[in-house]
Order: sequence, then C-alpha cells, then structure tokens
Amino acid sequence: MKLTKKDILGIKDISVEEIKLILDTAESFIEVSTREIKKVPTLRGKTIINLFFEASTRTRTSFEIAGKRLSADTINISASTSSVVKGETLIDTARNIEAMNPDAIVIRHSAAGAPHLLARMVKQSIINAGDGAHEHPTQALLDMMTIREKKGRIAGLAVAIVGDIAHSRVARSNIYGLTKMGARVIVAGPAMMIPRDIERMGVSVYHKLEDAIKDVDIIMMLRIQMERQQQKIFPSLREYSNYFCLNRNNITLAKDDVLVMHPGPINRGIEISPDIADGPYSVILDQVTNGVAVRMALLYLLIGGKS
Amino acid sequence: MKLLLKGGRVIDPSQDLDAKMDILIAHGKILEVGRKIHKHGANFRKQTETDITVINLGGMVVVPGLIDMHTHLREPGFEYRETIRTGSEAASFGGFTSVACMPNTMPANDNRSVTEYIVRKAAACNIVNVYPIASITMGSEGNVMTEFRDLRDAGAVAFSDDGKPVNNSALMRRALEYASSLGLPIISHCEDLSLSAGGSMNEGFVSTELGLQGIPAIAEEAFIARDIIIAEYTGALLHIAHVSTAGAVRLIRTAKERGLKITAETAPHYFTLTEDALREYDTCTKVNPPLRTAEDVKAIKEGLKDGTIDAIASDHAPHAPTDKEVEFEYAAFGITGLETSLSLSLRLVEESILTLNQLILKMSTIPARILNLPKGNLRAGADADITVLDLNKKWTVDRAMLRSKGKNTPFHQWTLKGKPVLTIMGGGIKYQELP
Ligand SMILES: [Zn+2]
Repeated sequence: MKLTKKDILGIKDISVEEIKLILDTAESFIEVSTREIKKVPTLRGKTIINLFFEASTRTRTSFEIAGKRLSADTINISASTSSVVKGETLIDTARNIEAMNPDAIVIRHSAAGAPHLLARMVKQSIINAGDGAHEHPTQALLDMMTIREKKGRIAGLAVAIVGDIAHSRVARSNIYGLTKMGARVIVAGPAMMIPRDIERMGVSVYHKLEDAIKDVDIIMMLRIQMERQQQKIFPSLREYSNYFCLNRNNITLAKDDVLVMHPGPINRGIEISPDIADGPYSVILDQVTNGVAVRMALLYLLIGGKS
Repeated sequence: MKLLLKGGRVIDPSQDLDAKMDILIAHGKILEVGRKIHKHGANFRKQTETDITVINLGGMVVVPGLIDMHTHLREPGFEYRETIRTGSEAASFGGFTSVACMPNTMPANDNRSVTEYIVRKAAACNIVNVYPIASITMGSEGNVMTEFRDLRDAGAVAFSDDGKPVNNSALMRRALEYASSLGLPIISHCEDLSLSAGGSMNEGFVSTELGLQGIPAIAEEAFIARDIIIAEYTGALLHIAHVSTAGAVRLIRTAKERGLKITAETAPHYFTLTEDALREYDTCTKVNPPLRTAEDVKAIKEGLKDGTIDAIASDHAPHAPTDKEVEFEYAAFGITGLETSLSLSLRLVEESILTLNQLILKMSTIPARILNLPKGNLRAGADADITVLDLNKKWTVDRAMLRSKGKNTPFHQWTLKGKPVLTIMGGGIKYQELP
C-alpha cells in the first residue's frame, strides 16, 4: 500500500488510515537503523532535495539521514529569506529545482503556506518540514509514533500541550493528529499565547500549568521563542518560567506513568527543568530516533516504487 | 450626432423612475427622457436621419452611469500594476462612467501637479470620468497636512490617506474641520496599526488554523469609533471606507441614529466571501481590511439593506504577479475589482437584500452625492453618462481576459449573472457588447 497523495503539507489533510499506515511503516524501518549496515536500497536512484529557508539542523539532519538510509541521493539547499527580495527566492528556487528533476522536495520555511505555494508550482512531491506557525506534520507523526510505542495506543489518552500555542506549528499538527486518533488534547499557556478560537479545533484551554497537566498521560512542552518578548507578547522569561516551567514538583500532578515530550531544542530551566528533561519520564531522545523512521516511511510511501 | 436609446427599462433613483422609456442624447447631454421618442419628433426636426443612431434596448435595464468612489489607478508611479488608461478600460467594461482614484501613487497625490496630471491624462484617455482624491497628509505619511484648497481647485473631490490611517487624532480632527469647511469629505481608512501590525488575514478560527497572524476586527472598529467621535464633535463630513465587520456596521448605525451625517461604503468582496476563502493560501484573497467571518458578511448585508452602508465601491486594487506570486504573508494586499463589482453586487438583488433601485442608488446616485459630482441621474440636461445592464446575461470571470493589468481576482472561474453591456460616457459609447 502507498500514499495516494502527491504532497504531505499538513496533518489536517491526512486521514486516520493514512496516519496508521505511516506509523506502521515507520515501525518497520526502526530495525534498519539498528543494523550494522544501516541502509536499504529502496530509494536507489531517487533524488531528494532538502530546501531549508529557515535554519534547523536537527530536522534537516533527520531528513537527510532518512533519505540516505533508503539509498536516495539527498541534497541540502539552505536559502535565506532575508538576503534576497522576499518571495522571489521561493518561486525562482522552485523553478530551478524543478528543472533538475528531483523526486521529492522537503521544505522548511518561516512563512505559513509556503509549501502549498511550492506544491502548486512544481510537479514533484512536497513534504512540509515546518511552515511558519502552521504545520509540522513529520513532528506530529514522530510524536504519535513515540506515544504509540510507549503507551501501546493513542485513543483515550489525555495529552497536554504547553507553551506558546499561538506561534507553534508543532502544536497545530499534534492537535490535528491526536484528536483524529482519539486522544483528548489540552492546551495551556499564558492567555497571550493561546490563539483565538482554538477551542474550535477540539481542544480544552487552560491558563494554569497545574490545571492543564492534572492526571494527563502525556505532557508536550513547547520551546519558548526568546524573540516573542521583544514583540511584547509576554513580560519576561523569568515570569514565564516561574509559572510554566515543568519541574519535579508540578509533574506529580500528572499520571504516575506520564511521558514528557519536547520537540527540541530545549531551553533548559525555562520551559522544562533539567532533571525532568533528562529524567525517567522523558522520551525526548526516543522522539529523535523515531523522527528518522517516520521520515523514512514518508519518503518511501510517497516516492518509493514509482518508476 | 445624436443617440436614441429605445425601449429599455429606465431606472433613475434620483427621480423615482422605473419605466420603459427612451432616452435621447446629443452633444454629450441627455436631451430628453420620455415614452416613445420618435425619430422624427421635435428634437429631430433640423437633423438628417443619418445623424441619429438608434439603439434598441428591449429587455435591457438603463441606469445612470455607475460611479466607483474607491479605485486605485496606480498612475503615476506604479504603471506596472495599472495605468489610468487600463484602469479606465476596466472601469468601462464594469459599467462605470466615473471613478474616484485614491492618492497612494508614486509620488502620492499630495500636490496640485499630481492632481492635474491625473485629470489631464484621464481626459486624454476619455473613457471614464476620473476624479482624483488627494491625500490628507504629505506622502500619506500622517505628519503634515496637504494644501486642501489648492488641491480642491485643481480637481480633487475628497481627501484620504487610503492604505493607511491617520494615526494622529489631532491631525485627523484638523483635517476633518478643514475639508468640511471646503465642502469636501474625508474618506477614512480605519485601522489601528498597533493592533493590525504583522497580520495578513482576519483574526479568528481560520487564522488560528492556518498559522497566519491575524488582523482583529477591533483594529478597524477602534478607529471607526475614534473617527465617529471626532466627526460628531466637529460636525465634519466623514466617509468611512471599506467597512468589513459587524462591529463597524453597529458603530455606524448608532452614529447615524444620533443624527450624524457620516457615510460609509463597503466592497463586493466583503459581502461575497468569508475568511474561509483563504484556506488554500491563495494570495488573491489577501486584502485589507481582510475577508471576515460569515457573521460579518451577514451584518454587512443588513447594513446595506437598512441604509447604514450608503455605497458600494470596488476598492479596485490591481497588483502585478510579482506582488502576489509569493508567500502569503509577503504578498501585497488588494483585489482587482472594477470588472466584477456590478455583477457581484447584482447577487444582492437576486437574494432580495436590495432592490435594483437601491443598488443603483448605492453604485451611482449616492456616490455622486457624497463626492458632490453632477452625476448619478438621468434627468434632461444631465451629462449623458449611462450604463445599460443585461440582467440575464451569464458570464464567467476569466483572469486572463480582464482589461485591468491586475489579474488578482479571487473570483476567477466564477459564473455570474447580469452584466453591463453598454457603457456611455459623455454621450460616447465607451464599451459595448450588445447582441
Ligand atoms: Zn483602504
């Protein structure tokens, strides 16, 4: 079975069956990464371009490793959105890349909807590796894979997502994915970081960390972006971490077997205390491992087996 | 040469006329409006028959030439987006015989020479009447007031810093007082920039889902409230541009109930589309103020129906592909509108929100009144600016076929019913597609 869609732009457009297919496929790829020769010939002769308009070493590396373990040729292009006249970069780069005839383009961009623009312009498969505050589908998939691996299921679990929800693509993709898979999703953060009408996405909203994480199975802490303070969105990092840092005291409110997740990179001591990040509840490194497997699965399902 | 328009249904709200009538035109003026004007009647005695063109308009609707009181013609300075000529051609295709053009050109229309340039250029094109709106402040920068009187004498019909608000309330007050003393309105683009900064669509559920920064309704409403308060205090002539929210309609309605002489306009996209149109990140749906919610659309329609909103204006904002074929948040704001404005507005008649008579009021008679133009009626002696509509003609909007240089329409491939088929300005036929 293969994915029938051309692009993966967001979890919103992916069905439950497709999510299950991707996660099942990813699980079967876990084994490849544990071999001594970590390579299968599945995508030999295929070319994947990682087009990153926004710096992200970990996501880019994860996609690159995923491609390479499937024997695809992966090429990284880092473009800056600030150096050239905005927008021209994307359209010009896209046409140039299309002319080189790759099989898939992985795009990371600071502007929401940039992958959609690219998908309209080129015939190749587009994978969204994060667009502005919109979606980050592979992150949500690896998060769901990690939850399923640790808990055996997603349906029926209570998941709290904590932080700057308004600016988080990770939050949006996880809300779509987790609610589709039957989890109960709670979002929490200071009022300024909760976007308008988010309840209509099927989540409940809290403004107190303690209320949000009470009896939950999973806590996802989001990275706080330092520049938001300059944008007058919150008073200070001190104020934020005083009330929204996950630590050994407040974590006791959650279920005893709670999992702590974080999309990284972590601001230690700001949204999560070091002992929690490195402690027994943390599955942060499993997330990274599963990230490679999920990206292998997506690449395989999108462009594998096509002639 | 004389023109005889025979057998059409003539609607002129200014004289409560809705009847099958003939209209005789000569020397750029309406000579006579009457039942069965005979080719050999009194007005023809000294003419030879070859001097008279008779156009049979059976089944057509004949109305005063439409007036678009909010157009961006982009010239001088942004000729790659639109010129006075291409904008005039688009207007004429859309049934307009007059347009009032906004001053956010390069240079801005903030001095007599630019106003005169626009007037001269438009006259040379001779397709529609073009009435320049001058800027309130130099360069529309919100600091120094322009020379209102000199600009009026050069041909400006109103003042506006459209595209931007006048942030400084004291300056806005002085501008309203001064313009009003000259008998001219201030057309206010109401937007609290501190609330809208960085936004590219309406703030709400859809912006939350799309991850785009929102422009909240309160950004528009806060400044409408401010301007109403200043207008009430000064008794000045205030016209609110492009009303898009339910809250704005409410504010204007209660102000009018208190007896204020403010006026307001909305644009067809605000009663035709909602923020849901943005879901595919189509930059042709990016406009300022942004497309709002279904409740806002409902309120705009109610405002049109009860007279809270006086006029429909296109806010024609043509852009080049380079302005729009970019990431959504980098794309320019604006919708090209002259060619679809009437057909979209006719849907209000179809939905029984407005009568045809009320629609013509809002697209011709009232805009003429607000801008003090000797237009918007079909009385004998008036300028022969006449639009003929075929209410049953179906047509499909095709971006490639637009006369405007701006192809940025969200209505591409929409099939619309009702269309201008003959546009007469100053007694001359400027556009026609009669069967
Ligand atoms: Zn405006």
